[in-house]
Amino acid sequence: MAEQYISAIELENKAAKEYEELRAKINDGSFSPKDRMAIPQQNMPTGEPAKRAREMSEVSLGYTKEMAVLEASRCLQCKNQPCVNGCPVNVQIPQFIAQIQKGDFKAAVDIIKETNLLPAICGRVCPQEKQCQGQCTVGKTYKSAEHAVSIGRLERFVADWERENNKVTMPVIAAATGKKVAVIGSGPAGLTVAADCARAGHAVTVFEAFHKAGGVMLYGIPEFRLPKAIVADEVENLKKIGVRFETNFLVGRTDTLDQLLTEKGFDAAFVGTGAGLPKFLNIPGENLIGVFSANEYLSRANLMKAYIKDKADTPYYEAKNVIVTGGGNVAMDAARMALRLGAEHVTVVYRRTRDEMPARKEEVGHAEEEGVEFRFLENPIEVIGIQSDDRAVNGRVRGIKALSYKLGEPDASGRRSPVAIPGSEHEIACDALIVALGNGSNPLLVRTTEGLNADTKGHITVDEKQATSKAKVWAGGDIVLGAATVILAMGEGRKAAASINEYLTK
Amino acid sequence: MFKILEKKQLSADVFYMKLEAPEIARNRKAGQFIIVQVDIDYGERIPLTIADADAAEGWIAIVFQAVGATTFKLSQKTAGDELEAVLGPLGNPSVIEKKNAPVVVVGGGIGVAPCYPIVQALKDAGNKVIVIIGARNKDLLIFVDEMKKIADEVIIMTDDGSAGQKGLVTIPLEELCKSQTPPAEVIAIGPPVMMKFACKTTEPYNIPTTVSLNTIMIDGTGMCGGCRVTIGGETKFVCVDGPDFDGHKVNWDNMMMRMGSFKSREQEEFHKCKLQAQVEKLASQQQE
Repeated sequence: MAEQYISAIELENKAAKEYEELRAKINDGSFSPKDRMAIPQQNMPTGEPAKRAREMSEVSLGYTKEMAVLEASRCLQCKNQPCVNGCPVNVQIPQFIAQIQKGDFKAAVDIIKETNLLPAICGRVCPQEKQCQGQCTVGKTYKSAEHAVSIGRLERFVADWERENNKVTMPVIAAATGKKVAVIGSGPAGLTVAADCARAGHAVTVFEAFHKAGGVMLYGIPEFRLPKAIVADEVENLKKIGVRFETNFLVGRTDTLDQLLTEKGFDAAFVGTGAGLPKFLNIPGENLIGVFSANEYLSRANLMKAYIKDKADTPYYEAKNVIVTGGGNVAMDAARMALRLGAEHVTVVYRRTRDEMPARKEEVGHAEEEGVEFRFLENPIEVIGIQSDDRAVNGRVRGIKALSYKLGEPDASGRRSPVAIPGSEHEIACDALIVALGNGSNPLLVRTTEGLNADTKGHITVDEKQATSKAKVWAGGDIVLGAATVILAMGEGRKAAASINEYLTK
Repeated sequence: MFKILEKKQLSADVFYMKLEAPEIARNRKAGQFIIVQVDIDYGERIPLTIADADAAEGWIAIVFQAVGATTFKLSQKTAGDELEAVLGPLGNPSVIEKKNAPVVVVGGGIGVAPCYPIVQALKDAGNKVIVIIGARNKDLLIFVDEMKKIADEVIIMTDDGSAGQKGLVTIPLEELCKSQTPPAEVIAIGPPVMMKFACKTTEPYNIPTTVSLNTIMIDGTGMCGGCRVTIGGETKFVCVDGPDFDGHKVNWDNMMMRMGSFKSREQEEFHKCKLQAQVEKLASQQQE
């Protein structure tokens, strides 16, 4: 069950008191290792669950200065730095935390930015419990990653502090090389490559099919988890260092990749087009009215702002009783979005159990606090629609037929795989079904580019430097990895950019 | 920004617009479509088929009927105004081949417009092309003169007989199917119900029939899946697998049902838009 909700004010007051005690001990020289271990973990202040579940504003409010220093002071500064090994881009974690302990937030964020260009975003959306915090010695002492030093929250704190206090320093840009780099897709991988190649002095153009830059951070991850203003800020920062954005441009159609490399004179290209082809269930009834991919459901609300009903032309589907199928972050986002779009009852149906859910723990906790119900070991096998002569309701979803499961042997992913229980068919009523089962790869670019190879799943194949089978073309992020995370996409972007920069200076 | 170069009103609610879009004009082929968004902050993204284009002059043309909030707002724009987002060309181009028998192209309502580049391409490939144009009445007929210039034969059908022959497009289509030289292929574009019955007409004669579908979309690139249709029992995306499909395999009832997913909200928005436009018009008249 979710932990007892504590209001932001209570947490702030508690932290202020604890901070005074910490300062006093440090000042009189009595601060001992035992005191360090005794500092309580700082909870993330959040909005009141019943209220925030109906609003789009950000749920996690961020640490106060006192909370940040207290949380940072829990860090043991381990010599072997297990947390750094847990980070896909090896952020120098103990070093930046040491700066927070001292109260030098600018120094802290500068250390992070040496390796992670989007800390305000990663601090919010990284699955820290599986990465840095999963390796943290403090967490291991408590035998729980949830009690590790809250590295992600600290990362977010210093990044927000820097932005809100106008302390952002622009990177040093090398002299113009006269080389042109095309970046295809403006998600986390693309933005990272754009930044690194622009720093090296190349002229970078980012191509984006949508009308705004940001990719999945804009259309997929909701405002209540990642405010769009933060993404827009990162895009603005890139514009300030000379990166050009060509929105409304679908590479593969508006121009082919080959046209960019020949007619448009680009010297290198990076493909970061993401995982853009939602998987459906392949069951009867999946094309009834009221069945949506999570991509569509979230895009309507996030990118198209359907929730601002009096202004937006894009409608959202009004449903009172919503089922979301899937167990990842996208499923949590869709479920919580459904509440914000007026659903009275939202249920996540997942065919395994809580332990196998790929979603961030914090998102699952927030969803529960907000009233999302979970049904484990169940999976839809059919969508049932209303059959009526009234065309206004005919074909609209009225429920799902589901099977029950039990856990069997571990599968290829190492998770215990669900086994269907024969004869366990049953109905669950709903008036909308959101399918959040991940994405396949979009075939467009591979189909329209000669010599660009992909594996049987459609993922573009790359070498250890992210170079593809085609000369002058690199790739990274979900189009290579399948559905992964923002930080992994960034990591691949950094590797690709280094290789592109090396190639262009030859 | 995409500038409107020219605007013409073709009938009561139907408009023709030429848009400055050199990149799209350069690479587009017959059968492809675009996504249009009037304003990028709150506007809706809607798919519209390309009705004509000129690569050298850098423009594309669209034909649309003001039936919803977005098409209404679009209809309020005039030459010189700019559209904030136009994405394309999208979808697979139509397959154009030289056939040994005539190709019949059936266009209904504003569906005649997207037929135009297809007829052009079919003629360029050396085909004999018979065009059947259908409309409710004479005032709603579009692209007749343009078609007469390029097609070998143009048959006009109206529901009320105010132009051409009285009746549905399926009447001449059936006659052509029964004739000594039945069509090698039929291409039908128009309201779903017209496409459905065109397909029903050709099916007994085993004449391959291609339709172009225009469903609800957000991105138009495969990301949302809102456009999905059932083709031969399988789920397909109109944006990446289409927009052209074998008409005999389309599950028309499912497609028509899905197109009504947001009907009540759409109508509400449309009426709000029209009302607001009227209020603004009255206000400006009073100021004068």
